[in-house]
Amino acid sequence: MSMVPTLLSVEGLTKSYGGVHAVRGVSFELRAGEILALIGPNGAGKSTCFDMLNGQNIPDSGRIRVLGAETTGKKPRVIWRMGVGRTFQIAATFPTMTVRENVQVALVSHGGQLFNLWASTARHARDEAGRLLDLVGMGAYAERPCGELAYGDVKRLELAIALANQPKLLLMDEPTAGMAPRERVELMRLTARIAREQSIGVLFTEHDMDVVFEHADRILVLNRGSLIAEGSPEEVRGNAQVRAIYLGEGLVYDARHREGASA
Amino acid sequence: MAFYVVQFLTGLASAASLFLVASGLSIIFGVTRIVNFAHGAFYMLGAYVAFTLTERFSGALGFWGGIVVAALAVAVIGVLVEMVLLRRIYHSPELFQLLATFGLTLMVEDLAVLIWGPDDLVGRRAPGFKGAIDFFGQNIPSYDLFLIVLGPVVLGVLWLLFQRTRWGVLVRAATQDRDMVAALGVNQKWLFTSVFALGVFLAALGGALQIPRDAVNHAMDLRVIVEVFVVVVIGGLGSIIGAFVAAVLVSELNAFGILIFPKISIILVFLVMAVVLIVRPWGLFGKPEAPARRTPGLTVNPWRPLTMNERFAAIAVLVLAAALPFVAGNYLLTVGSEIAIFVIFAVSLHFLMSVGGLASFGHAAYFGLGAYGVALLAKMAGLPMIACLLLGPLLGLMGAAVFGFFAVQLSGVYFAMLTLAFAQIVWSIAFQWVSVTGGDNGILGVWPEKWAASPSHFYWLSLGIAALAVVILRIIVFSPFGFALRATRDSPLRSEAIGIDGKRIQWTAFVIAGTVAGLAGALFAYLKGSVFPDNMGISLSVDALVMVLLGGVETVSGAVVGAIVYKALNIWLVSQTDWSKLVLGAFVVLIVVAFPKGIVGTLEALMHRRRKSSSSVSPLLTSRIESAE
Repeated sequence: MSMVPTLLSVEGLTKSYGGVHAVRGVSFELRAGEILALIGPNGAGKSTCFDMLNGQNIPDSGRIRVLGAETTGKKPRVIWRMGVGRTFQIAATFPTMTVRENVQVALVSHGGQLFNLWASTARHARDEAGRLLDLVGMGAYAERPCGELAYGDVKRLELAIALANQPKLLLMDEPTAGMAPRERVELMRLTARIAREQSIGVLFTEHDMDVVFEHADRILVLNRGSLIAEGSPEEVRGNAQVRAIYLGEGLVYDARHREGASA
Repeated sequence: MAFYVVQFLTGLASAASLFLVASGLSIIFGVTRIVNFAHGAFYMLGAYVAFTLTERFSGALGFWGGIVVAALAVAVIGVLVEMVLLRRIYHSPELFQLLATFGLTLMVEDLAVLIWGPDDLVGRRAPGFKGAIDFFGQNIPSYDLFLIVLGPVVLGVLWLLFQRTRWGVLVRAATQDRDMVAALGVNQKWLFTSVFALGVFLAALGGALQIPRDAVNHAMDLRVIVEVFVVVVIGGLGSIIGAFVAAVLVSELNAFGILIFPKISIILVFLVMAVVLIVRPWGLFGKPEAPARRTPGLTVNPWRPLTMNERFAAIAVLVLAAALPFVAGNYLLTVGSEIAIFVIFAVSLHFLMSVGGLASFGHAAYFGLGAYGVALLAKMAGLPMIACLLLGPLLGLMGAAVFGFFAVQLSGVYFAMLTLAFAQIVWSIAFQWVSVTGGDNGILGVWPEKWAASPSHFYWLSLGIAALAVVILRIIVFSPFGFALRATRDSPLRSEAIGIDGKRIQWTAFVIAGTVAGLAGALFAYLKGSVFPDNMGISLSVDALVMVLLGGVETVSGAVVGAIVYKALNIWLVSQTDWSKLVLGAFVVLIVVAFPKGIVGTLEALMHRRRKSSSSVSPLLTSRIESAE
């Protein structure tokens, strides 16, 4: 395991709003190919943490490094160029373009062609866009207007966009929020498969404990801004403090999973 | 010293009226999210009605009563406008709201001339405040002192109204989250109407109170609306305190700016506004705007380059247009040249507005800069025509580079207001800097050289450049840059997350649009043989907006059709009626309310519908239905 390089390292991340300590002294690491879940009850500081990682929020103190390079306080677009892709809680795509064009824009940006006034975008990286769409199972929808897609498909398209710069690290903010149960499982399986194949590290926040326990290699539990537990799904599931925070919830999931596994 | 004190007090007195109008605009925006362009028109109406009433009824009661009744009467007009027009467009994109209220402004301007005549009207002095007070040898009109006291009093009354009454609580709640207020069972319709009435009342009161200080005229609406926009941009849209502080700031800058830059005092206000925008883009007391809600009904059909057949059709149309000199006379050819020039102008705005999502309300500034560029080069440097046509638009480019840098820091209504304010500033410079621009007299005798002098040759030149401009902009629309620009418009969040520097992209687009507009202006200078400040006036900016909207803001080529139809209609209209603004304003309102998709957009929608109904259910949909089962 020690041969796998550290992809993301977070040290003493802290942020407060007025007197409220949203995030205090959070530290963790993420290795290539690893899928790490960040969970916690509402108001635990997940979103604040996440926004600091992707550059939408600047930490009061602490350091964030991606493959050894400092990203603390850098703009989202700079962090993207350092090899970090991301998806949003409410999928953000370009609704007036076709599915393929959505991916092509990301490829244009990755290829440093943003200020090219003359070339034809339609022909730019057409095949590569097609490959990315095939990868997420959207190849058949390539010429459809993005605005007409079902939400589950928009989420998959967003994943394709996020993969356009061949990221080392993928940040996914509640990837399955707003999706139907079956779509959730599909999307997470897809993400896990891509992450393993391309040895991309994935950090995601999630409310759905089914998704978390099924797909995460490791889980971080935040409460009131601090990390209170960290470990494999089994370790976290057995953690008394985590159970206390989630009250009955943890038990319910626990029971269901064990029964599900034996059935 | 005493002189400066008096200057300061004069500034404070001017601030009172400005504050009334600006606070009205702010209150209306806070609740309805409509930037009421017609606010200046209500201000002007307040002044006109008050003039009529105070002339009719004598005595102190007649005067003060007249002022209050005038403001109330205009507020009633405002209520009617809100109920008949605004209620229909609360859910339209903000651009359409701005445009509809602008159309209203145009109509009111002509109506004011129709009712009160074109001349300035000088009202009577305020009873009880006729004299002046001696201050160390300097005179201060006592009416100014009254206004200085009035400003804070109104601020206090508004504060009490919003803090201490049930209605005020509702208004504040709606300002924060109007959907929630509606969900709590508040009758939004009447809340909006009453807020609009209060806002209009304040604007009209501001106008009415100006009678003893200033002559009433039919251009005061645009003058005040530009100042008010500057005030709310500095103070923060939606903040009443901000409106007060910024009104004082702007008025004082005007009062003292005159001493420092007597010719171009407006520069000082501009500099302050620029600084505020850099430091706090949402104004001193404003709150950062939540990202604009997605415009409903925006294009579902993605844009596509023309097919081969469509390209042949476009070339055929161009060839037909080029044959015009063989059948038409000189007058028609001149009209044709003008239309071609406005096609260039309209597509440049379309590029910024539809592709970039940046609705500039001051695009004429760059048209005018191009025209002045040519005139100055031709008259002062004596350069040949080709050189002038190539270099003149560079003035538009430079203007767009400077103003665009600030403007793209903002979006939506703030962007619109700022571009308008910039255009007004450029206009004032052209108007006031007489030694260079000739002021109101303009620069005359900018004629094309012999090879382009005949109407047919000039027509071919204009047509050729127009075709070139349209083709080049179309290529850019479908280039990687064009897609990056659309990406920034579609989703700032996503485009930033894929490494796009949205501001730089938008700034570049602004410069491109400004340069192309400058090219149109350069040709226009040669067509007319002269340039005037009006070549960068507000009405020209609005012409461009209407052309784009008429053609269809959501289409790639709508602007071309819009420009041809609108310009032909406009030239014909001006030759037919003296009240072109009235007709034009009504036309604008009609488009916004009845045909928001424009000509080309409506045609496309019709064709799309026919195609859909003719083809059976798509295989994709069938497969989706199967999988759902």
